[in-house]
Amino acid sequence: MTTGVAETVDRTESSGRLSGGLLRLATCGSVDDGKSTLVGRLLYDTKSVLADQAAAIEEVSRRRGQDGPDLALLTDGLRAEREQGITIDVAYRYFATPRRRFILADTPGHVQYTRNMVTGASTADLAVILVDARKGVVAQTMRHCAIAALLRVPHVVLAVNKMDAVDYRESVFTAIVAEFTERAGELGVADVTAIPMSALAGDNVVEPSGRMDWYGGDTLLSHLENVPLGDDPTGKALRLPVQYVIRQPSSDRQTVERWLAGQLASGVLKVGDPVVVQPAGATSTVVGLSVLGRETDTVWAPQSVAVRLADDIDISRGDTLTADLAPPAQRRITATVCHLDDRPLRPRQRVLLKHTTRTIPAVVEHIDYRVDVTDARRLPCDDGLSANDIGGVRIRTAEPLVVDDYAENRRTGSFLLIDPQDGSTLTAGMADAWAGD
Amino acid sequence: MIAATRTAVAAPDGGTDPRRSPAVSPLTHLDMLEAEAAHIFREVAGEFDRSALLFSGGKDSIVMLHVALKAFAPAPLPFSLLHVDTGHNFPEVLAYRDRIVEKHGLRLDVASVQAYIDNGTLRERPDGTRNPLQTLPLLDAVRDGRFGAVFGGGRRDEEKARAKERVFSLRDEFGAWDPRRQRPELWQLYNGHHQPGEHVRVFPLSNWTELDVWQYIEQEGIELPEVYYAHRRKVFQRDGMWLAPGEWGGPRDGETVCERQVRYRTVGDMSCTGAVDSSASTVAAVIAEISASRVTERGASRADDRLSEAAMEDRKREGYF
Repeated sequence: MTTGVAETVDRTESSGRLSGGLLRLATCGSVDDGKSTLVGRLLYDTKSVLADQAAAIEEVSRRRGQDGPDLALLTDGLRAEREQGITIDVAYRYFATPRRRFILADTPGHVQYTRNMVTGASTADLAVILVDARKGVVAQTMRHCAIAALLRVPHVVLAVNKMDAVDYRESVFTAIVAEFTERAGELGVADVTAIPMSALAGDNVVEPSGRMDWYGGDTLLSHLENVPLGDDPTGKALRLPVQYVIRQPSSDRQTVERWLAGQLASGVLKVGDPVVVQPAGATSTVVGLSVLGRETDTVWAPQSVAVRLADDIDISRGDTLTADLAPPAQRRITATVCHLDDRPLRPRQRVLLKHTTRTIPAVVEHIDYRVDVTDARRLPCDDGLSANDIGGVRIRTAEPLVVDDYAENRRTGSFLLIDPQDGSTLTAGMADAWAGD
Repeated sequence: MIAATRTAVAAPDGGTDPRRSPAVSPLTHLDMLEAEAAHIFREVAGEFDRSALLFSGGKDSIVMLHVALKAFAPAPLPFSLLHVDTGHNFPEVLAYRDRIVEKHGLRLDVASVQAYIDNGTLRERPDGTRNPLQTLPLLDAVRDGRFGAVFGGGRRDEEKARAKERVFSLRDEFGAWDPRRQRPELWQLYNGHHQPGEHVRVFPLSNWTELDVWQYIEQEGIELPEVYYAHRRKVFQRDGMWLAPGEWGGPRDGETVCERQVRYRTVGDMSCTGAVDSSASTVAAVIAEISASRVTERGASRADDRLSEAAMEDRKREGYF
């Protein structure tokens, strides 16, 4: 062990204005890649593990006859997980440096838990994919890479872990990176940064390694602190899904002002801007904007805002404000989906589809293919999608929806399929580009 | 679909793609957490007929209420408050609760553990702790109020079982939480569907940490009950914590009362909420203190979580918050 819990902890400046903002990341690895140790190391070395937690894991480690604290214990959660020595569910961890706040989705790596990685990756700005330096790139590695690509996670870090077990040799690292980079490129991963590390010994996670002089890059934490946040939603076209209508009676109670409340999914909105209310297509002009009760003249994604329009149009939850008529409202969606439920998704199945703030009946018209996520091959699919399957589907909805290409806008291109009988979340969907009727 | 196009991949030496331009968000991490919490409140208001916000006068529920009031401003809150009163609450906190209800014209329902004990439905535990007794009055209040959604101030950083909690957490008619049957939660798409008898616990502050809560209190100038700041109080020591004497049953024989300068990091039932030695009498001083603290909030001040390694998990399964 190279470090312990420091005597004093300086987790952040007290102003609450961390200049680097908030970064969401997901960690994914196979069972024995040392993911729990890596996450434990990040928490431990950023001093996010406090004295009582550290004492608890040191005590358990001692009872089990281990030399140092077993950092993997920091991320053990539920009783069944401790009993079986596995991770069942996505766990969320929090840490901060003086520069940036982090939300880490710690996703289990078992084959049967693809849905957990899809869940963790759905909100991630960055995915950390772990590889055991002794084993190199395995099928599960490419599976994680494919899911990161599918979910359009903007940045990928290849963490080549257990370098201590290969004597910190550069040639091992270079060979793994070459193979991963080529195959990641084929899967459409845009941005990969590879880092050689040993989570167990503490090399290049938080502290730079003194044993890999040949590596000139950042430590993992330094990379996390400096990587640009995901794709900037303010640079995209305006999308404001209406969540709720706030009604404010005038002082004489003769009229009611209607504020359309919602979180800006993308874009910037100013007082005076023309807007289109989709799917009806009515147009109006913004005459008032407020951010959680404070009136202002400009709002930007992802603020939660309220908007007042010049015209008294019929607008309710589920409508979307856009800048123009693109994308057109449509009743047919082609999409890539990840099936989550233990019961299969079948052709002609009736479902509820939840997209932004609208939930409507829909039918799965056709399942076109199933994807082998290790090499992105499309396989025939006649009998439906099972849990953890990824596939291509065509869906028809009862009412028109304003759906974006998921590749362009994760927030307005994503949807859930829900069981109309018991309300279970069945399937996660990512819409393809609209191809016309 | 999984795209087949090949795009530029950064060199393994840490080189970066020159096309990337840093996306400088004008929003701070607190702005983003607040926007997310407001979105969660509005989702519930849009999808549920009846909901209630669990309000104890503790700082998390105070921050939660503050965001809720902002999310629906200038209109009034579209739901009521619910407090499960153990009968062992700090008088300062109850006074604060009533002041806030009055100030914002809110509706408050109180579910009383004492009333359940008085009519024989619940029995006092030998250790005098009433936190585990809250579950039944809470579930009855949820049923009687026909609440489809109940907001709680729980945060995932508090405890390891909570690290796996969803923002929308489905509970059966016994309020029970089954970690293996939780719905996957993706993007910002929360699934609030529930069957008759079931309800959904909603945690708008899921992604906040203790430090975020305090920084937000500072930024927004939120008033808190005075017990959160350093004050002189008669206390006695039990299990390494400073507990306040009171009708709930402390001190026992052999426990000596002394006066110390303390404050509370969490505020719950007096029988199991411990004070910490502190001279922090302002928000800034509290932030400085917890930034340098080496003990987690629950480890410092909650005896009920120390009962076993899985104490919180067990109480959640039984329908606790």
